[in-house]
Amino acid sequence: MSNKPHDMGGLPGGAIVPDFGKEAVFKEGWHGRALALTLAAGALGRWNLDASRNARECLPADDYNRFSYYEKWLAGLTNLLVDHQLVSPDELRAGQANKEAADIAATPLPAAKVPAVLKKGGPTRRAIAAEPCFIVGDVVMTKSLSQISPQQNNHTRLPYYASVKKGVIIACHDAHILPDSHAHFKGEAPEYLYGVRFLAGDLFPNPERPGDEICLDLFESYLEPVKI
Amino acid sequence: MPHDHNDDHSHSLLPPDPQLQVKALETILSEKGLIDRAALDAIIDVYQNQIGPQIGADIVARAWQEPAFKERLLADAEAVLGEMALSGRQGEHVVVVENTEDTHNLVVCTLCSCYPWPLLGIPPSWYKSDAYRRRAVHSPRSVLAEFGVELPEDKKIRVWDSTAEIRYLVLPERPAETAGLTDEALRGWVTRDSMIGTGFPKPPEAG
Repeated sequence: MSNKPHDMGGLPGGAIVPDFGKEAVFKEGWHGRALALTLAAGALGRWNLDASRNARECLPADDYNRFSYYEKWLAGLTNLLVDHQLVSPDELRAGQANKEAADIAATPLPAAKVPAVLKKGGPTRRAIAAEPCFIVGDVVMTKSLSQISPQQNNHTRLPYYASVKKGVIIACHDAHILPDSHAHFKGEAPEYLYGVRFLAGDLFPNPERPGDEICLDLFESYLEPVKI
Repeated sequence: MPHDHNDDHSHSLLPPDPQLQVKALETILSEKGLIDRAALDAIIDVYQNQIGPQIGADIVARAWQEPAFKERLLADAEAVLGEMALSGRQGEHVVVVENTEDTHNLVVCTLCSCYPWPLLGIPPSWYKSDAYRRRAVHSPRSVLAEFGVELPEDKKIRVWDSTAEIRYLVLPERPAETAGLTDEALRGWVTRDSMIGTGFPKPPEAG
């Protein structure tokens, strides 16, 4: 079983409401503020993007399912701020800073640096000494989620619907930071990242068209070779 | 030492109304000197007014007109976009995938809502919805039908689930009706949805 509610690919779902490009970038004023707060707090450098995603994905299932997109962002941010002792639970309850609390040594992101910081982003490619285990054309089998992350709170980027499935390597994207490790502050642990193509007929028992394809980007430790 | 919790509930200490949550966090963080409110305005300005699908449309229109550019873009978009200073947060590693006579590409992120921000801006609500995240990999044809897109049965769909830090941009097929159009007019045909794969290029709306 998939262990967290964010891992929803392949499940039945409701109708989609296209906007055909008409929707405002931020539908509500607070949406933009929530995004900006998350980015500005992230720029303090206390956590990384993987930890930030993980904070959203570790929300209690009821909250994850009922919160809108930016509500998840706010909840994830709040939990990170408390976990990293930048904000105390009392301050959250009061809605203001505790004036007696010790100062935190931190430099806030200045407005003037925003364009450069957003332009720079956070590239995840890393050079590693090892050779890739797979080459384009190799047939692979994905591991089960419990093989990859024995602990339920791991931050694995293999969706449940593509676990224990056969696919073909279509690209090697060099080595990238492994989110499973990075999200838990256990280091970047870079690994080769591969584009892996699956046939719809191999992923789902009742596909719309078995020959349609689904491509995912998967880390080397998610994959096992298949002898053919 | 920071630690991470499985089920963390600090967020429930804030009022349930997200507008009030934003206000509380903004107040606390700025009082503590952890954020500069002017930086929040600057971040919003970038995504509201500077970055958006017009950037992706420029790239597509150019690829339609310059075969050598298109070839490089498909081979190594990251290098091309880097040279054009179009990389950035959530678009550090971009791959461009081409729609052809045989294959239609569709982009989703089932685990979160990853999207090529520097090229398309902030994703629309439907892209971030549970419905799209759930259905795009299993039922792409019925999803496309809800966008008014019908594909012939013999045309293959290739769905790209953005599970890592690679971001995907679809290069749609150039409609035959655009032959001879100027660069500016051509850009008007490239819709945001045509670069996600949930639409086709179409003539700009009058007015």
